[in-house]
Amino acid sequence: MEAALKRTPLYEIHRDLSGKLIDFGGWELPVQYSGIMEEHQQVRSTAGLFDVSHMGEITVKGKDAEQFLQKLVTNDISNAKDFQVVYSPVCYSDGGIVDDLLVYKYNSGNYLLVVNASNTDKDFAWMLENAEGEVELENVSEAYAQIAIQGPRSEVVLQRLTDCELGEIRFYHFKPDVMVAGVNTIVSRTGYTGEDGFEIYLPAEYAAMLWEKLMEAGKEEGLVPAGLGARDTLRFEAALPLYGQEISRDISPLEAGLGKFVKLDKEGFIGKEALVNQKEKGVQRKLVGFEMLDRGIPRSHYDVQADGISTGFVTTGSYSPTLAKNIGLALINSTFAGEGTVIDIIIRGRALKGKVIKLPFYNKKYKK
Amino acid sequence: MTVLDGLKYSKDHEWIKVEGNKAHVGITDHAQHALGSIVFVELPGLAKTLSEGDILGVVESVKAASDVYSPVSGTVLQVNEELTDVPEKLNEEPYDAWIAVLELSDASQLDALMDAEAYEKFCSEEA
Repeated sequence: MEAALKRTPLYEIHRDLSGKLIDFGGWELPVQYSGIMEEHQQVRSTAGLFDVSHMGEITVKGKDAEQFLQKLVTNDISNAKDFQVVYSPVCYSDGGIVDDLLVYKYNSGNYLLVVNASNTDKDFAWMLENAEGEVELENVSEAYAQIAIQGPRSEVVLQRLTDCELGEIRFYHFKPDVMVAGVNTIVSRTGYTGEDGFEIYLPAEYAAMLWEKLMEAGKEEGLVPAGLGARDTLRFEAALPLYGQEISRDISPLEAGLGKFVKLDKEGFIGKEALVNQKEKGVQRKLVGFEMLDRGIPRSHYDVQADGISTGFVTTGSYSPTLAKNIGLALINSTFAGEGTVIDIIIRGRALKGKVIKLPFYNKKYKK
Repeated sequence: MTVLDGLKYSKDHEWIKVEGNKAHVGITDHAQHALGSIVFVELPGLAKTLSEGDILGVVESVKAASDVYSPVSGTVLQVNEELTDVPEKLNEEPYDAWIAVLELSDASQLDALMDAEAYEKFCSEEA
């Protein structure tokens, strides 16, 4: 028997909005409301509202919290300032990826980690297994709802509901205890769309209220609810990786083009040896972007060939609403990773031509 | 959701409009709605012989590729090339946006398909 799907505190709202609900890694969430294309374009041009309450949150506290995280993640968080957010992969000792996450630093003894929903339990177990010293870990995912407002008009809309000067929250920074519509929230200038925007963390019981208030506040701007479908096409155009596709247990961050989030000169983090070794030898596979020259849409797991021989696979592929082209990300043999290289994508048994192009497909519009 | 009288419908949400021994085939309003924005159509080859249930073509939305099945057996006489450039026509006018014209090889297969009333009932039960 199938396990019952988990629901976020915004489930009733999605249902009332006639969101098309799907099973997303065990969560019943909307893939779209009005349509992926409209929602996608609305986020690029004005703003969209996303329920991302399924994301996992884990707190790390204690005297040795920083030291523990330095061992856990591949990025260097020792230079992070208080109230800064750091993106990082987390690796196994062989360099494969456990997950990618955000580290919210309150101070060197207090952090909030935001992890992928479907990896939360695995991540938490991995952290417990590797915890050392005076560190207190807690999985607080259930207590938090998370709403993301993304798009160029996000700040204007959110500002209507708070006295906090949002302009002071810089990209990849956050502020705790921000009162939004009377609710105590954490607000960070982060997101997964390639646009400016905010992610708001709040107690689950106020999520529906805040969602309604935000929709109301964004009426004039044309704020729309946006589903997982648009979230995926938006992050894909910005070439932001998705766990299970661009990154996984079997793919290293160096292969996935995340080298700048791997600080190989950092002391003893998990996976360091394997990654240093990989770097020295040169990666055998690379994540590349490509556009179709022939007519066809590439999809996840489609085979990629060169000279009739399999050389890798498509990690994500789609019609790009912004570029109006069929594009894809693929993990392929480094030999064929150079820009301009023509590769074959096997679509329903036929070899169709694609060309390696520069990433990202869409230049991110972050407010730095 | 629009269902037109005078057409026959399959359980896979294709419609078929029969004139003599020829038939236009497309996808229903229900199908286009379920798929969302259609951004790509793969048409069958001309003169291709299809058995009932064979893949007639593929329509792709932003999110996924879906096969279109032939509701009857026949030979492909014509394909709607316009859809190659304007796939969204399948969303906008699903009953005008035919995918292919087939020459029927066994007209008795039409009896197994639904009429408008039965199809409407089928859709409401499926929901």
